[in-house]
Amino acid sequence: MRTVDQLLAEAPSFEGMSSAHLELIAGCGHNEVFEPGAYLLREGDPADRFYVIRRGHVAMEIFVPQRGALTVETVGPGELLGWSWLTPPFRVHLDARALEETHALSFDAACLRGKCDEDAVLGYQLMRRFLPVVVERLQATRVRLLDVYGHAGST
Amino acid sequence: MEIETEAQVIDREGLDRLLAALGGRGYELIGPTVRDGAILYERIDSAADLPEGWTDEQEGGTYRLRRRDDGALFGFNVGPNSWKNHLFPPNLTLWKGRRGEGGEISFEERTEEVPRYAFIGVRSCDLAAIGVQDRVFIGDGHTDADYEARRREAFVVAVNCGEAGATCFCVSMDTGPRARSGYDLALTELIDEGGHRFLAEAGTERGAELLAEIGAASAVQADTDAAAGVSERCASQMGRELDTDGIKELLYRNMEHPRWDEVSERCLTCGNCTLVCPTCFCHTVEDTSDLAGAEAERTRQWDSCFSLEHSHIHGGSVRNSPNSRYRQWMTHKLASWIDQFGTSGCVGCGRCITWCPVAIDITEEAAAIRATDLGEGRGIDADR
Amino acid sequence: MPAPPEGTARPAAESVGWPAPGDAPARDPMLPSAYLVTSKRQELDDTWTLVLEPADGAAVGEFGPGQFSLLYAFGSGEVPISLSGGGARGEPLVHTVRAVGAATRAICAAEPGEMLGVRGPFGTSWPLEAAAGGDVVVVTGGIGLAPLRLAIERLVAGREQFGSVSLLYGARNPAEMLYPSELDAWGDAGIEVATTVDSAPSGWKGRVGLVTTLIPEASFDGPRTTAFVCGPEVMMRFVSRALRDRGVPASRIHLSLERNMKCAIGHCGHCQLAREFVCKDGAVFPLDRIEPLLGIREL
Repeated sequence: MRTVDQLLAEAPSFEGMSSAHLELIAGCGHNEVFEPGAYLLREGDPADRFYVIRRGHVAMEIFVPQRGALTVETVGPGELLGWSWLTPPFRVHLDARALEETHALSFDAACLRGKCDEDAVLGYQLMRRFLPVVVERLQATRVRLLDVYGHAGST
Repeated sequence: MEIETEAQVIDREGLDRLLAALGGRGYELIGPTVRDGAILYERIDSAADLPEGWTDEQEGGTYRLRRRDDGALFGFNVGPNSWKNHLFPPNLTLWKGRRGEGGEISFEERTEEVPRYAFIGVRSCDLAAIGVQDRVFIGDGHTDADYEARRREAFVVAVNCGEAGATCFCVSMDTGPRARSGYDLALTELIDEGGHRFLAEAGTERGAELLAEIGAASAVQADTDAAAGVSERCASQMGRELDTDGIKELLYRNMEHPRWDEVSERCLTCGNCTLVCPTCFCHTVEDTSDLAGAEAERTRQWDSCFSLEHSHIHGGSVRNSPNSRYRQWMTHKLASWIDQFGTSGCVGCGRCITWCPVAIDITEEAAAIRATDLGEGRGIDADR
Repeated sequence: MPAPPEGTARPAAESVGWPAPGDAPARDPMLPSAYLVTSKRQELDDTWTLVLEPADGAAVGEFGPGQFSLLYAFGSGEVPISLSGGGARGEPLVHTVRAVGAATRAICAAEPGEMLGVRGPFGTSWPLEAAAGGDVVVVTGGIGLAPLRLAIERLVAGREQFGSVSLLYGARNPAEMLYPSELDAWGDAGIEVATTVDSAPSGWKGRVGLVTTLIPEASFDGPRTTAFVCGPEVMMRFVSRALRDRGVPASRIHLSLERNMKCAIGHCGHCQLAREFVCKDGAVFPLDRIEPLLGIREL
């Protein structure tokens, strides 16, 4: 996991965490490569992993019958993928599918949850890094809901 | 009413008398005949219309006729149509409607008489297929009145196959090669030192009466042994195999198997398989009216789950991709049919293999999925 | 006739028994009955409610809540539409129809005095009797309220048989809410009605958010609750999860599905969802029966 240590240090998401914590997190992770079209997460599955994307892009999708799999968001290098592991009922909400060959750090979320229970400071530090992502994406989604690119005068 | 009797024998002239007697009873004879390079079940007048001395060579995506070196009348397997063409016709007017001057509408049920068919030369796989469709159209729930009337009238003369084709797998599906029940008469064609004759077994009272009327002789041991031998040899010649052990559960748990993507790269979604399959029953209705809007008609027409229209609701089709449509056809045929109707939907006739333009083979697909079974995971829970 | 053992993989060669002689032939289920449009109300830009009564002769039969008719516009075509009201013996049939295609446009264009063809009733009903003695939550979105309206009326009529009864209704925007006056009336009749919209023009004082956001604060006791859910399938998928998270058992969450239908009698094969025929095994299904099917794409 020495490589993971170094990569983690590079991942903007975990900047500023103590090396002891980084080692803890690294202990729960490994490298993974996904072919284009492969799923990283499936709706309804237990949320037992999350990812930091190193290379490539991932589409977060909701399958709507007749319309197909609709992409609601895409994530790219340096970004976190998967936050359902932090909150009960610990179940994945959306499908996540690689749009191209994607390299990611894959983390055993169940393992990390256990470590957070033992070390509240670790838990707080992880929350401090995941929550801004959630807030930012939610706010962006709200603005998208306004459909501002539509013609003036339409509801 | 099904009965068991001693086997009897008729010769070539006896067969002529049999068909004539059926005609005399008012049946319209439907039997195999050569047309357009294939052997089709069509209206025939006598045994002279049967494909004497012809056989068919079948393989994936291949069908051609070849001359035999004997005068067998039933020396072939099955062609591109089946008895469903006559029990469940491709087009049928269901009702006619009328709209009057004041806007009042009325509907008139179909009243034509259904034809009385005598089916000549029903193979055991096709006999099983008729039984499968019986469960769809007559089973619990609603009964299709037209199907039931045609079915009730039909006189069935089964023929036990003399040889198996390269795409046949009735043994795997336990539907042959010998007809066991569901017929009025079953014939086994014998051409050997005893002459060209037919072992004839009556399955019903009216079948037995007919044999008595045309003067059938009792069969001797040599005849019944020869007929059993024909079927044994035929059973050993099957060109395909399908392992049906746990097949419903196998397909249910492999609904996301990558094989569906692979086969859909070949599948043209042309629907040939559904046309030639003797058990496929999907149909649509078409509502039409004349230009004045005063007369309307609803017709029932064969349809195929391979069409986009089949699963279309407002907004689009549920089964958009070819792989979802191939998966629908194959898993319905081999798996969900069992939950719906209590039997498999497949009788092992091999037509879908023969008539697929790209030679997709249902037995090969089933074997491929079995060999790379994904095991438990995302699929349909078979244990409901 | 001996039947093969249940679930055998191989077909039987036996033929099937016939109806006993002397059985009265039933009316052909593919033949429509003529019904008269007696009144009509526009609900939304593209949605109308029609009241239908038998033109002459017998009515088609009594409907349970959740069942549907096949409505026929002369010469245009036929579509499955859930019953939204009436349907008991002697009552007219009330159908709310959205004009999305040729047949529905023709149906929506029919004025009082004109006639339509009706076949029915078809399908399964919302199991109201089984819900008695516990709490009930109805979750629906958009035009999904139409197939539930009759069930809600029955809940109101038999209010004392149930614990808490909640209606959670989401629409795209305030202008697309169905039956606004009934929503008020139901609120006055002891139903807890909560509504929300996905987006709203300025001035809207009601809730904005996905209908699932109404679930956590609705007052029902999950394990003692029966849920009736109707709406777009993707909405039903997420609502079902949220209800399960509140402890409602999958066997007591009922969904109404929609598929292409031509015959509605289980013969044409169009409405299949794997082993289920939506026209006769549904359209109302308990979640535990179909949950794995909903999770498989394009089934």
